[in-house]
Amino acid sequence: MNTKLIFGIAKSLLLARLGQTLVAAVGVTFSIAMFITLLSFMNGLNDLLDGLILNRTPHVRLYNEIKPSENQPVNESPEYANSYNFISSVKSGISRQEIYNSGPIIQAVKTDPRVVGVAPKLTTQVFFNEGTIDITGVINGVDVEEEMRLFNFQDYVTAGSAIDAKNVANSIILGKGLADILVADIGDVVQVTTVEGERFPLKVVGYFQSGIQEIDKVQSYASIVTTQKLEGKPANYITDIQVKLQDLKMAPAVAQEYRQKFDIDAEDIQTANAQFETGSNIRTIISYAVGVTLLVVAGFGIFNILNMMIYEKMDSIAILKATGFSGRDVNRVFLLISMSIGFFGGMVGLVFGFIFSVIIDNIPFNTAALPTIKTYPVDYSPVFYFIGGTFSLITTYLAGFFPARKASRVDPVEIIRGK
Amino acid sequence: MQDIILEARHINKEFHDPVTVQVLTDITFSVNKGEFVSVIGKSGCGKSTLLYILSTMDTDYEGELLIDQELMTGRSDAELARVRNEKIGFVFQFHYLLNEFTVLRNVMLPGLKLNRYSEEEVEHRAMERLKMLGIEHLAVQKAYRISGGEKQRVAIARALINDPHIIMGDEPTGNLDTKNSEHVFEIFKELAELHNQTLLIVTHDQSFAERSGRIIEMEDGRIIRH
Repeated sequence: MNTKLIFGIAKSLLLARLGQTLVAAVGVTFSIAMFITLLSFMNGLNDLLDGLILNRTPHVRLYNEIKPSENQPVNESPEYANSYNFISSVKSGISRQEIYNSGPIIQAVKTDPRVVGVAPKLTTQVFFNEGTIDITGVINGVDVEEEMRLFNFQDYVTAGSAIDAKNVANSIILGKGLADILVADIGDVVQVTTVEGERFPLKVVGYFQSGIQEIDKVQSYASIVTTQKLEGKPANYITDIQVKLQDLKMAPAVAQEYRQKFDIDAEDIQTANAQFETGSNIRTIISYAVGVTLLVVAGFGIFNILNMMIYEKMDSIAILKATGFSGRDVNRVFLLISMSIGFFGGMVGLVFGFIFSVIIDNIPFNTAALPTIKTYPVDYSPVFYFIGGTFSLITTYLAGFFPARKASRVDPVEIIRGK
Repeated sequence: MQDIILEARHINKEFHDPVTVQVLTDITFSVNKGEFVSVIGKSGCGKSTLLYILSTMDTDYEGELLIDQELMTGRSDAELARVRNEKIGFVFQFHYLLNEFTVLRNVMLPGLKLNRYSEEEVEHRAMERLKMLGIEHLAVQKAYRISGGEKQRVAIARALINDPHIIMGDEPTGNLDTKNSEHVFEIFKELAELHNQTLLIVTHDQSFAERSGRIIEMEDGRIIRH
């Protein structure tokens, strides 16, 4: 009904004190811009750090753990079913690490609609021979193409080419740390001794850098065929099946299901990497806390300016009330003033926040540990913009609430009589 | 019998701060349609206080107030605001225009608030009233750029915008020089005589009062002559 009129009055009051209005709006703009920048940057870092581990970790890993049999033969025997059986010195059996029926399991998992992809893996311990010294290491036999597709393998191969591990026979991609110890250049041949004592020459086709030094000193990658050859195993011999899911959150449930379905050990990513979640949560909380504090400070700025404006406009408020505007109308005028400052200040803030994010995104950031990162990471999630925008409106509403209520209670008689 | 526009019945008022003082005692009178009434009295006799009660802005009193034969006492803030908007026009000693707006807009505001006519009509009505008072050339000026006498005429135009039942004035000529005072009086006189407009003006300008249609004289919170 009177909305247009109320808007008109609020607009005139705002424009009449353009300077003050701008100062208030700049406060909101600044805090929203910082809020967006801070959260985008912080979350970019979070994702980067999580990605270091999480991107390369399978969501569900199927494997056979070496452990003692839970059902010792004597317990299975019907003859002793009703007696107490004491078995001492239980040892892990000669259980194989190999996954039985790996072919059918892989086929079954691949057809599961929740699954993005499956990569088999074969891990083996070896010694790298450098002159008279033997250095322990691990060779991961992988399906190079699937590994590249699912776990961004190529990103971590900093020298040479990942696909060469598949295309060049008897080749290996060494961890950067390991390569430094072995003084192995690309194209060199390194000698490897398997646990069984077999010696094997392997050609270095690339360096691998995970960003975590300890890993780079022991890990290396080869194609699954090469690794099977090293171990003298047949072509269906694998020790791990790595599964990547559509939705990471489903991992525990899926792991549970596979454990029962395939009678195999299954580990989900949440269990394997619980500490990363905690770290990123705390970083996120801190950045929200700082952002909200900035907004509250801006809110107090608006509160002050509105209070001043109300003192200045006492006469106007009195005359509005005398000519028939109710307390509620006056209240709405001042709330509207406050919220327009919040709205426009916030909008500009969002734009500036985006600009700052882009600037940060373009600052060079080179570190040996993170080969794929060239600039500072930034997360442009629209969620932050939504939260920032909403918050600017809420804060300015609260900042305007009390001054507006005060204005609505101004007694016109006191003002008019006071002259 | 003539229509009674405004009626006060046994109105009493006390100020409590810092000590209790009786400002108005048993005020009872009525104003008929078309009357030009002046309220006179010495400073502090309570005539302004009475005006604020009659205007519904001050609700802290005892007794009953009727405007247009409807009881105003005990109504809510929003209802009273509507009554002021629709039925009462104000002219104050200090002109109280909104400096953020143009003269025309100032006159239009109560009309827009009433929302009875479209914006174009309100604008047209505002221009009519400015013309009637001979200040249509000021319409586009900002309110703070015009002279005191002009401001008071704008305030009168604003008071007239909603065709109020009664116009109330609190010393409308108190801050004006003789020439402008005379001009404002002429306007009131014309409104009363030509347009049958009811007017209730508080003043301590004796000559102003004497030329109006009816005088209510107050002393120490009582009406001594009416």
